[in-house]
Parts: sequence; structure tokens; C-alpha cells
Amino acid sequence: MTTPSPIDAVTRDLWQVIAAVDETPVGVVSTTLLLDQRLAFSRDSDGSPVVWLRTTEEHGDEIDLATVTVRLPVISGYGYIWTSFGNPPDHLFPIPEYAEPDRVNMSCGSIGVGSSAPRIVENFLDMGHFPYVHTDILGAEPHTEVKEYDVEVSEERDEVLATRCRFFQPRAALSATEGIEVEYIYRVPHPFCSVLYKSCPEDVTRQDVIAIFLQPMTAETTRAHLLQSMIDSTSTITDLRRFQQTIFGQDKPILENQYPKRLPLDPRAETPIRADKSAIAYRRWLSQKGITYGTIPMAS
Amino acid sequence: MAITLYDFELSGNCYKLRLLMSILGVRYDIIPVDFYPGRQHKSDWFLKLNPLGQLPVLVDDGLVLRDSGAILAYLARKYDPSGLWFPTEPVQLAEVLQWHAFADDITATASAARLALGMFYDFDLPKVQAGAHRLFRLMDEHLWFGEREGRAWLCAAPHPTTADIACFPYVMLSEEGNISRMDYPAIRRWSDRVRRIPGFTVMSGIFPAGRAAAE
Repeated sequence: MTTPSPIDAVTRDLWQVIAAVDETPVGVVSTTLLLDQRLAFSRDSDGSPVVWLRTTEEHGDEIDLATVTVRLPVISGYGYIWTSFGNPPDHLFPIPEYAEPDRVNMSCGSIGVGSSAPRIVENFLDMGHFPYVHTDILGAEPHTEVKEYDVEVSEERDEVLATRCRFFQPRAALSATEGIEVEYIYRVPHPFCSVLYKSCPEDVTRQDVIAIFLQPMTAETTRAHLLQSMIDSTSTITDLRRFQQTIFGQDKPILENQYPKRLPLDPRAETPIRADKSAIAYRRWLSQKGITYGTIPMAS
Repeated sequence: MAITLYDFELSGNCYKLRLLMSILGVRYDIIPVDFYPGRQHKSDWFLKLNPLGQLPVLVDDGLVLRDSGAILAYLARKYDPSGLWFPTEPVQLAEVLQWHAFADDITATASAARLALGMFYDFDLPKVQAGAHRLFRLMDEHLWFGEREGRAWLCAAPHPTTADIACFPYVMLSEEGNISRMDYPAIRRWSDRVRRIPGFTVMSGIFPAGRAAAE
């Protein structure tokens, strides 16, 4: 076991995702690791999640939750259970599209990744790797150019926002039948979460929403929780999950081979190119917030 | 007549069949099974196809088959007119079956480590990782001595067989189980040869052989 990393004050007060609600059995203990702490969680008879610091419980034990008196804060949102070790805000960051009645919302599995949460956010923001890693799906040679896009840090919403991102994609979504130039918007509304909006092949007036919620188990290992909120009247949940897992399965070995595993926040540590504008803004935002968990902070 | 594969994209055992069918140019349909997180392989409808609750299942013209090694043998015998992929000469046949069994041992170790780290299955991680290293060491030595004797593949025949297909996926995915292949150079060279077989196809987590080295 590696030594636990100190939890910075900002990270301590955040809501942190731990599991999909529907994948958490009622009255049975589930276990996980969050920020180097062992957690136990379950759902009570009305389905509400309960989270506490794990002591002797084992995964799969039956449990009477009335006996669990010391509990961590808990909130449900976007199909997931979130908890916190500090004083979390009243609400999760907004994803208003999730509530639209005709959307197909689904978890796509919680996948363990041997990398830090910030590295995974940064990969999620990167379009430059599409033709090489997601060949013939999210990109294809010779269409390798990342065109100029805009990045801002919204003071009001405290999030990184990248807009006007465009990329030629042979198969942008399961509902795509031909290659299209896709427009993306990326949001980073939480240091370890990102939400992307992309042109929906089925309805040009709307956008598919794909989010990645990262649970830092340790500074260098992460549980990646994937959400899809799609406009797709024909595919099954199984089909849509498969599409997303195919993509994420291609990213995983790339992520696990990035060193250092923690994200360096010093702008001189790694050499960015123009296409990395969103990553530069993200690193600066983390640095200004004082996020040290999963990062290599700038030497002060 | 149509072949249907009950398939999970991230399963190496399913990929074995996609890979051989791609090499043999066999057309097939896929029915996706939500192995994770949906656990559909334990659902009532799937257990009717395979009471063991395991992927893959292949249906060919009404015939329902389970077990990736058995299906590799079936596909090769039925759809490879050359007869090379699954030979019937007694010595060669035994050799291929030995490596099919070895592939199942790789699944029980390297694939288990990958499931533990990637999908939070409850396996004894250090134990299965050590088990995989033991197998990889044996395989690497076998391939290394083979290269000295002019043998490029797992079996003695001068061409690949289903033994190579059966062992390939979970060797290639081992790093997802934190099992480094750095110490197995002959495995690396063999895996490049597999990736250059005409008709080779990838799965998520396995990349094509480098272009520069391609023939």
C-alpha cells in the first residue's frame, strides 16, 4: 500500500461520487475507497443511500442501516451517489439536460483506472487524440487538425468552459450513419468531473450529453463513472453502454501509461501545443483553487 | 445460415472469436450482452443459452455453443478450408489443445487481475498477478527457444493456429491488471507477429502493430 496523500481543504469540501444508485443493492454493504479512506455504503428500504466510514464490514454483508448512526453527508444526483468528508455545498453542479423527459439517461459502468482523476479529466478534454486512439469512431486520418476553439473560466459558475470545438468524426455516436463535423462544448464544473455536449446525429437542434465523474480512490488510482444522457429513439441501453465502453476502453491503456500519474500544475512541467488550450486553463484553475490531491502542485 | 455472437466488447474471450472470424472472413451478427455493469450474463434469458452464465456464446444455424476454446475449434474446422488453424493430425491437435488449456489458465489469472482492478471483482489480486507472471515466464521461454529453432508460433507448425488466438487477448490486456510484460521480450515479438496476420482486428485496449514495422 502507498502512503495516503493529504486531502486539501477544497477537495475535502467537495461532493465526491462513489457509485451508481441503481447498482447499489438495498440492505447490503458495498465497499469502496475514496481519497485513501475506506468507505461502506448501502441503500435503505426506501432506496435512499447511506454512506459511512468502513470499519469491519465486508462487501456483501447484510446490514440493518438503523445501526449505522455515524454517517457521512450524502446526495443523489445524475443517477449516482455522492458523499463528502467536509462541508459540501447545498447542491451538485447543474446538468439541466438530465431532467429533459425524452432523454435516455444511463450509467455506463464504474471503471477502475490506474491514473489520477485530473489526468483523466484532461484526457476527456483532449480532441487531438481522437484519430489515433478512437480510430474510425471519433476521428480518422487525415482529419487530425484541432481547429481553433475558445476557452474561458466562468467566474459566476466557477467552471472551465471550452466552446466552438469542432472535429470531423466518422462515427460520432451510435445514431450516426455517416461522418460528420461535430461541435463540442466542454464544461469542467468540478475539479474531478467534466461534462461534454456534442451535436446529436438524430436531432440537429439538440446535443447529446456525456459526463465523466471521477472518484479519486488514491492520488494515482481512480474509479471513473460514466453518464450518458442521449437523444436516441432507436438504440437500447445495452447498445449505448457498449458504444461508450468501447471508447473508454481505448482510452484506458493510454491513461495508464502516462507519467507522472499525477497532473503537474507547473506550466513548465509539460510542453503544451495550441490544441491544449483547455488543458492549460484546467491546470491553472486547479492551481488557483489549491487542489493538491492527484496533482503535482507548483513549487511555491 | 447466419452466425450470431453474444458479445461484450471488453471481453477478451469474446474477442478471440471476433479475431478468428475476422481472419477467416466469416460474417456474423453481434448481440451485445451487458456484462458490466448490467450483469446480463447472469440473467434468466442468458442462462437459458448458457447455464454456466459465461460469455461468449455463439449460435450457428441453430446450434448453440459455449466456451471460447471450443468455439475456436468449431469455427476453424468448419470455416477454414485450409485446415491449418485447427489441425487434426494427432500430435498437432494435442499441441493446440494444450495451449487452449494454457489460455484458460491465463484467463484465470491475468484476466482476473484485470477484472479486479477495472471492474472491482473480488479476486486475490497479488495471487492472480503472480500466477500470470508464472505463465508468462513459461510462455516467453517457450517462444524464445522457438525463435532459436525457427518457430514463430506457439505450436510447431510453420503457421499460426487457434492456440495463438486463444492466448493472445489476455496477454495483451495484462497491463490493465498491473501485470507488466517488460520482462518478456519473446512474448512481445510474438504479439507483433499475431498483429500482422492478414485480417487481424483490434478490440478496446489492444492496438494494431506499428505501421513502420508492418510488412
